Amino acid sequence: MSYIAKPKVAHPKLPRNRHGLTYRDYEGVVSTLCAGCGHDSVTAAIVQALFELEVEPHGLAKMSGIGCSSKTPAYFLSASHGFNSVHGRMPSVTTGANAANREMTYIGISGDGDSLSIGMGQFAHAIRRNLNMAYLIENNGVYGLTKGQFSASADVGSKAKKGVENVQPPIDPVSVAMTLGATFVARSFSGDKRQLVPLLKAALSHHGFALLDIISPCVTFNDHEGSTKSYAWSREHVQQVVHADYIAPAREITAEYAAGEALEGDMHDGSQLLLRKVDKDYDPSDRPAALEYVQRHNASGEVLTGLLYIDESKGDMHDLAGTTKTPLRDLPYSTLNPGSDKLAEIQKTWR
Amino acid sequence: MQSVNDVVIKIATVNGSGSASANGLLLKALFRMGIPVCGKNYFPSNIQGLPTWYEIRVTGAGYRAAAGRVDVLVAMNAQTYTQDLAAVEPGGWLIYDSTWPRSRQLVRDDVNIIGVPLSRICNENFSGARARVLMKNICYVGVLAALLDIDLQVIEQLLTETFASKPKLIDSNLQAIKLGYDYAREHFECPLPVRVERMDQTAGQVLVDGNTAAGLGCVYAGATVGAWYPITPSTSLMDAFQSFCERLRVDPDTGEKNYCIVQAEDELAAIGMVLGAAWMGARAFTPTSGPGVSLMNEFLGFAYYAEVPVVLFNVQRTGPSTGMPTRTQQSDILSSAFASHGDTRHVLLFPADPAECFAFAPAAFDLAETLQTPVIVLSDLDIGMNDWMVPELTMDPDYQPKRGKVLSAEALEELEKFHRYLDVDGDGVPYRTLPGVSGKGAYFTRGSGHNKYGGYTEDSDEYQDVMERLTFKWEQMRHQVPAPEVIAHDEAEVAIVSVGSCDGAVREAIDRLAEQGLTGSYLRVRAFPFTATVADFIDNHQHVFVVEQNRDAQLRSLLSIDLEVDLNRLHPILHYNGMPITATDVAEPILAALRAGKAA
Repeated sequence: MSYIAKPKVAHPKLPRNRHGLTYRDYEGVVSTLCAGCGHDSVTAAIVQALFELEVEPHGLAKMSGIGCSSKTPAYFLSASHGFNSVHGRMPSVTTGANAANREMTYIGISGDGDSLSIGMGQFAHAIRRNLNMAYLIENNGVYGLTKGQFSASADVGSKAKKGVENVQPPIDPVSVAMTLGATFVARSFSGDKRQLVPLLKAALSHHGFALLDIISPCVTFNDHEGSTKSYAWSREHVQQVVHADYIAPAREITAEYAAGEALEGDMHDGSQLLLRKVDKDYDPSDRPAALEYVQRHNASGEVLTGLLYIDESKGDMHDLAGTTKTPLRDLPYSTLNPGSDKLAEIQKTWR
Repeated sequence: MQSVNDVVIKIATVNGSGSASANGLLLKALFRMGIPVCGKNYFPSNIQGLPTWYEIRVTGAGYRAAAGRVDVLVAMNAQTYTQDLAAVEPGGWLIYDSTWPRSRQLVRDDVNIIGVPLSRICNENFSGARARVLMKNICYVGVLAALLDIDLQVIEQLLTETFASKPKLIDSNLQAIKLGYDYAREHFECPLPVRVERMDQTAGQVLVDGNTAAGLGCVYAGATVGAWYPITPSTSLMDAFQSFCERLRVDPDTGEKNYCIVQAEDELAAIGMVLGAAWMGARAFTPTSGPGVSLMNEFLGFAYYAEVPVVLFNVQRTGPSTGMPTRTQQSDILSSAFASHGDTRHVLLFPADPAECFAFAPAAFDLAETLQTPVIVLSDLDIGMNDWMVPELTMDPDYQPKRGKVLSAEALEELEKFHRYLDVDGDGVPYRTLPGVSGKGAYFTRGSGHNKYGGYTEDSDEYQDVMERLTFKWEQMRHQVPAPEVIAHDEAEVAIVSVGSCDGAVREAIDRLAEQGLTGSYLRVRAFPFTATVADFIDNHQHVFVVEQNRDAQLRSLLSIDLEVDLNRLHPILHYNGMPITATDVAEPILAALRAGKAA
């Protein structure tokens, strides 16, 4: 077999959540990515976020497309169903799964190639539907599995490992998502777990489409001097604008914010977000202003991170369509079958 | 020319002028007189202003194919006068609007030209430009009623039912019909030598198009998720599903919908949604046509390999490429059978009429879920968008969806360990689990190499093991797909194998061959993979004509691939100009081949 299962041995003193599960129960098989890959840090943050959120493993569906990023759902939560679909098409499969069962929690893991090139159309339309899912882009500016071609998120002037300079403008998933009406837009850095974990929790709790763009350096093909998606460059240019703290439902709020500095946000599931703004003029509920702020900083080479935009008031795909609350796949045939009398009645007008 | 209940009426209009309701009225009136009818729409890929035709074949004999002739032509479109006049059989009739002087194009010695001042009549009796145009259409129904002896009371009853909520419209429509009727009676000898009279051949029958029937079939199959991207000629299938769902699937107490229809951004997404929903355990489908199937190829291969039960309706149109979107063909047989890269093959169902479109909907879902594989229903524009007389649709009152091998949480609890692709029962079909049921059933669905346990693999033996089981599963399917329809005669001089919408033309051709003293055996395949019956039928006849609507003899190739039949024994009869196939298209090449001694 070409995969390595992780032995499920947990230290008896490891803390357990309300399902009696430890952190280890949220892990998957051993990663086959390169040592030091940013994606593995993201996986570790996902494991921690899911454990702390006390997600029931079988209530979560792990969705992905193709690429290094899309392999990662195998590396967490072995007790969840996963769907490793085709390149750039994870959003459609997730749309269908969600259409059939609106009760599951959906996490989609994509990359910059999977989302911003081959999958740009599906990415855009999942946002328009406000599909209820957490959508992660593990963004490294490069095609890893095919060995080092520029992706659509590569910055102008960024150098490939072989020295070629990128001349085409990048697609910024954060700006795209804001423009298309996404209801949760955040960015983080794989090397900043303290920021990433609360953002992941918030994204998973958001009712609607939550984009989390994560700068995740490729140690093999895009971590050299001249790259703008390297660890070194990211550490130097990443600027946190809004720090989010996630507070689970029914937990006491003990955050240490001064009044006026913190913004409270009620999430759909009863949890709360506490946002600490670095720039007091930044308002993550004002879409045009937030977009302007992000783009101004993009232009100056700064990578803004944090929860950049949120709107908890919009309905998701099912709310907009008026679908029944019961997952469609659970409706019995007796409910779905209109019966013989109706069949005869319909055909009266066919004569 | 003289006949009773054997006449082909063709109405030439401009699309967007509202002639559809007049034509429907005419078709239904004849049907209610107990006379079998076929209605065919020949329309442009356009919204307004281009020529369009509606053809009604009145056929006391109960034939179901296009006749390939026109006896009475209603020429409402001056743009097409020349071609319309040319289409009329010698001795036939052409009716035109004689409000203006007769066009020089409308001269033919062997056709009776009938002028009715339809515009003048309507302008004198109705006000408003739109009403005048609409009433002009209704007015020709009155003219035809007089000329062909159609029962006015039946028409009146139909109008009363159609406009039950708008009594004013009943009056105006009736007035228009009577104006046309009276004018014809006053000015011409009515009825014409070709006329109709009451029969009793439509009891228990209905008039419906295939897409409407398929959409209704999906409701009765228990489908809850429909994903689609609009494409002619499949759009009306989802329109039908939606309107039936609005009527039959909305909770009367809460107003909540027990279905979810997603209009996707493209066909790539539409099929992806179907995979996602089917994987999650809903019955999900997508209707599309050739270009859509081309886009869906990658996901269809995924569904085959990962064993996801998806249902696809391919309402075929004329290819290649964009081709002729409003013309019919059966040219996606091979591309559907083997859609996707790698060693991939799919179950195909071939409905011949709207009744089978309805019946094959639950059958397709049952097969897809039982066999955990894509099922493609190959309809076509002729079936999907034309009006067919079929027996009233019925559903077995005891029908229960066959959901296949899906493990419940309890069943999983009893298992030591669940393996997705293990052939536990030795029938080639593994057990599957649905997300959200139990952590014990979790597995990673993937299109990449996997072993029988569901794990990722690049190991040659493990890969091949799964591929061999898929082949074994495929062989098991032969016994589960719908059996062919067979009319076999010992000592038959002619044997025909055909498919789908060729059925009516083939049956009529067999009658014509019988008139020449030739006995014909006939087999209509209803599914791929082909069953043993198909192989036996071919074996039992020295020479077999394979009738189909494409250029490249795709059914013939598929028969040869699947049954390893000698191609020299299968003689292709091909019709692929985009118009529905007629009995002449079948009988003449067969007679010519027999005369030439090629297939004796």
